[in-house]
Amino acid sequence: MKARHSSAWRVFAQPMWIGVLTAAGLFAALLGDGGWDTLSWIGMGIPAVLSARGLLAR
Amino acid sequence: MKSQTIRRWSFVHTWSSMICTLFLLMLAVTGLPLIFHHEIDHLLGNSPELKQMPADTPHLDLQQLVTFAEAHRPGDVMQYFGWDDDDPNAVMAIMAPTAGTEPNASHTFMLDARTGEAVESPSANGGFMMVMLRLHVDMYAGLTGKLLLAFMGLLFVVAIISGTVLYAPFMRRLAFATVRSDKSTRVRWLDLHNLIGVVTLTWALVVGVTGVISACADLVIGAWRNDSLATMTAPYRDAPPLEQRAPASRLLDIAEASAPGMKADFIAFPGTRFSSEHHYAVFMKGATHLTAHLLTPVLIDASNLRVTAVGKRPWYMSALGMSQPLHFGDYGGMPMKVLWGLLDGLTIVVLGSGLYLWWVRRRATAPTNMARAEVSR
Repeated sequence: MKARHSSAWRVFAQPMWIGVLTAAGLFAALLGDGGWDTLSWIGMGIPAVLSARGLLAR
Repeated sequence: MKSQTIRRWSFVHTWSSMICTLFLLMLAVTGLPLIFHHEIDHLLGNSPELKQMPADTPHLDLQQLVTFAEAHRPGDVMQYFGWDDDDPNAVMAIMAPTAGTEPNASHTFMLDARTGEAVESPSANGGFMMVMLRLHVDMYAGLTGKLLLAFMGLLFVVAIISGTVLYAPFMRRLAFATVRSDKSTRVRWLDLHNLIGVVTLTWALVVGVTGVISACADLVIGAWRNDSLATMTAPYRDAPPLEQRAPASRLLDIAEASAPGMKADFIAFPGTRFSSEHHYAVFMKGATHLTAHLLTPVLIDASNLRVTAVGKRPWYMSALGMSQPLHFGDYGGMPMKVLWGLLDGLTIVVLGSGLYLWWVRRRATAPTNMARAEVSR
């Protein structure tokens, strides 16, 4: 049981952090300009960069 | 996860995505130019440009603008005046044969608030971008089209959730972000489908859910009319029809006095779906970044200009208001628009690879079943 729990954690840990950062970024830009906008670019940039790396992997 | 559980989730994922994929592809493709509609309209020369004048040129009052608008479109009546933060000298005017005319049959143009000169805004009434918008919003099928797209959006959410559940058994033996490009094309695209799907998950959910909410806007506005607006205008239910509309000149001052610290977003003239037969409704937006998306109506008696109600906003109108920026991606500057476009493109890749994976597996399982039948014979 414990082993299974930790394997789910292992699989979902990184996607979860990425999701949290994206959500934080999407929300941040609603609060203001400047630094808040930058947070959203980071939050959305991470999935874009990871996807591009995957697509370009040879 | 038991293999039967996996099979069930797999069934849900396959069919929820199969049904919505073509619609989602259409939405993703038409949505791409819509993200950049401002820039595209500008490039095509379709965005109205106002004359250069000294910065402190005074504005005409609203009734003078109404007169100019009516002279520009004889036979039409005023529906709305709207303001744009980008250009404080511009007033968007929406007119139609009757105040109650449905939005797609209205005519939108711009008025120079300093001179009253009407400037046509072709992209607001037709052309390429309007085709994209109509396809994206209702596929030219009115409420039926909107609700069909809302349903497709719900299926998309189901596909995202079931896809996330299936991500676990697929990735059990693989490190995060592994793409096995040395194996078959199918394996490479399976890994890419999993990777891109899971990293764009939050964005896709946000855009999907806010899209569903926006697609239900007609129902939400209908509920607001029956509920909030009907309560606010109850004393006027049996009032005789409005005979003489008081001039619009001071509407903004009156509304600002009733909703201190807020700014006018648009005015609905009497008889539209955002006002009553007896009221001007000035929709005020909050002064902060966040509350600028939340509108509060100030109802002003159209015969004597008395404020009769300052609306409380029901939760569903707040949800509708907040859904718009989160669906359009227009609240974080140009970099956000570019990222929005990239993530939209990545969604197309996820949809396309999903379709491809389903197709190869179907082709692969058909002969295998036959082979199994052979063996068991």
